[in-house]
Amino acid sequence: MTAANSGPITGAEALIRSLEHEQVELIFGYPGGCILPAYDPLVDSPIRHILVRHEQGAGHMAEGYAHVTGRPGVAMVTSGPAATNLVTPLMDAYMDSIPMVGITGQVPTAAIGSDAFQECDTVGITRSCTKHNELVMSPDDISMAIRQAFHIARTGRPGPTLVDVPKDVLQATTNWYWPSDEELFSSLPGYRPNVKGHPRMIKQAAQMILEAERPVIYAGGGILKARAAEALRELAELTDIHVVTTLMARGAFPDDHPLCIGMPGMHGNATAVSAMQHSDLLIALGSRFDDRITGKVDSFAPEAKVIHVDIDPAEQGKVRRPDVPIVGDAKYVIEEIVSAIRQLQSGGTVQADTADWKSTLSGWREKFPIVYDQSEPGQALKPQYCIEQLNERLAPGAIVASGVGQHQMYASQLIDFTEPYTWVNSGGLGTMGFSIPAAIGAKAAHPDKDVWAIDGDGCFQMTGQELVTATLDDLPIKVALINNAYLGMVRQWQEMFYDEKYSEVFLNGSVPDFVMWAESMGAVGIRVESPEEVGPAIEKANAITDRSVVIEFRCDPSEKVFPMVPAGVSNDELILHPQHAGDAHHLRRPENR
Amino acid sequence: MTTINQYSGHTLNHHILSVLVQNRPGVLARVAGLFARRGYNIFSLAVAPAEDEGMSRITIVVDVESTPLEQITKQLFKLIDVVKISELDPRRSVERELLIGTVKASDESRSHVVELVNIFEGKIIAVAESALTVSLEGHPDKLDDFEDLISGYGIVELQRTGRVALPKLDRNARLRALSSSPTPNTGKAG
Repeated sequence: MTAANSGPITGAEALIRSLEHEQVELIFGYPGGCILPAYDPLVDSPIRHILVRHEQGAGHMAEGYAHVTGRPGVAMVTSGPAATNLVTPLMDAYMDSIPMVGITGQVPTAAIGSDAFQECDTVGITRSCTKHNELVMSPDDISMAIRQAFHIARTGRPGPTLVDVPKDVLQATTNWYWPSDEELFSSLPGYRPNVKGHPRMIKQAAQMILEAERPVIYAGGGILKARAAEALRELAELTDIHVVTTLMARGAFPDDHPLCIGMPGMHGNATAVSAMQHSDLLIALGSRFDDRITGKVDSFAPEAKVIHVDIDPAEQGKVRRPDVPIVGDAKYVIEEIVSAIRQLQSGGTVQADTADWKSTLSGWREKFPIVYDQSEPGQALKPQYCIEQLNERLAPGAIVASGVGQHQMYASQLIDFTEPYTWVNSGGLGTMGFSIPAAIGAKAAHPDKDVWAIDGDGCFQMTGQELVTATLDDLPIKVALINNAYLGMVRQWQEMFYDEKYSEVFLNGSVPDFVMWAESMGAVGIRVESPEEVGPAIEKANAITDRSVVIEFRCDPSEKVFPMVPAGVSNDELILHPQHAGDAHHLRRPENR
Repeated sequence: MTTINQYSGHTLNHHILSVLVQNRPGVLARVAGLFARRGYNIFSLAVAPAEDEGMSRITIVVDVESTPLEQITKQLFKLIDVVKISELDPRRSVERELLIGTVKASDESRSHVVELVNIFEGKIIAVAESALTVSLEGHPDKLDDFEDLISGYGIVELQRTGRVALPKLDRNARLRALSSSPTPNTGKAG
């Protein structure tokens, strides 16, 4: 802690001291005019500051940190352009329910509204991309604003908050105090997240679970937010019900578990997609019926009843009306459902026979693994092959971050996630450029773990300069750069839905030279062009621990992600990989069940 | 647009939300921004400090055509500054609104205008050679009727406040606190 807790201190000191009270160990930030006063007491604080190269990087690093720790990541930047550069990470965190606290400098109170240099309406701009934000107008209010920001960010449905502090408020003096819990709660009379589910609904859910003949657990990111992976496993094993893990929930249930059927959705595997379509009971746990999961909503899981457990009441019935809505914390509610099931079972209730369903699922799994065509000798590398090879060589506990696009989908399909909090990605907002800074943030949280960023050539060029931060702040990451010279996913859509009319998707692939890029930033650069080089390059990267490594895999641009449910189309119309196309009839729903 | 339900006298698809908020800077922008962002329509809005210190009450008449009211209230309740939301059933609440308007009043029409204002128990608050400014307070439906009738004389300018409402002091008055409905146990979340 800085100084003694007595006597007048500056607003800036109160800010840093408040962050210390919130047990902040790391700030990702970038100084500038209006936030300058806060950077002065920071020098004397035990809090480590990571100096980024772009404010967007600070925000994504804070998100990466939060993804793998569950604790709010902190990004501190100045006013105006710095605050607007933070908007994308704030929105990303809002969409994916990531706890994050943004701290922005603001022009002095007297200048607010005068179009002063580097002034912008930060709270106005970030109002719709934060869970809450606050402009602090007095140094006396700083500690409460910070307490509220952290409390709101990490409780209920987690999300980003922002505290905007004018320069003169940082410079003025105040008497230090740290608000008590009671003061905090009474300052937020409208904020009381509901943790416990309704007992009657929980009992009803337990009953429905035992009655279902084709049940599926639809696990979402809420499982990870609620630290509910253990509880989920207990529920699945107790009832022998298969689990799909959404893009945000990869790792929430181990991929090597016999009940895990992997990712559903637009690029989900055929078994996961079809299991939901055929199901008679969807047990939605911390998932929100995103359009990438449901496809055309009207025809999504048409025969299924729905149990929906979510801490956010607004998710209940937003997309699909649940038969049993339960508002509460996923961990608490799942544990309650488990004990309600046990109670029913000990009272003599017998679970419905699900043998047919299980054999259907195992049949599909055998018939429809994720497949791709291997390259012929002399042909370009297949991106899937590179990621498969990486999967086989990941160190235990390694964290994988990804950008957005084809490489993200390949990674989510082909990496075996066996532990929670090992997958960091931008799901809801789909933020290209997420992976490099997010991986650095994850590395800052877990310096002892390998952190891989699986990235595309488009994404990498958006935020790849943060490799400088990785080098200079000693946060070495490993980058598997899938360079197919194209905006691959956009190219895939143009090929499939725009008659192969390719418009503005070619990125060249040779310019920039990614190996030189890596070397210039203090990282090791490796270029891989043939299958036999893939494994050794990954092993070499694994052996390098003192520097970041970028492996550029020069990949086949024509490769497409399958399976695929085109946007707005029913999940019944899943497009399988050409290798499986002849077997589509196995996935069809019976006309009259 | 909306249709008038002749029997109850209330406009269909209109719901009255009484929203108690912490009176903090930007709270109205948060509420209005939420409506804009999610594509909900505000029909009218009135805001003023409430009986509790530090609180304001916002009376929002929501035009619910396609968005279920439930989703609107749930999203509203996620705003940290929103403390309580009540949906007021028009049949079980009292509603009032104020109208002021300047109406053309020539020598021939002046007496008709004054008569109409008197019938509606309104007041003449300013007089000019060829126009009158009138005020009228009452149920929004009454104001609608007055507006219809007076428009024939030529409205120069007209301003209404938007309605305010409170539950009726009836033994059967039902204040529906949406924090605990419509789905069981939909508590406050972030």
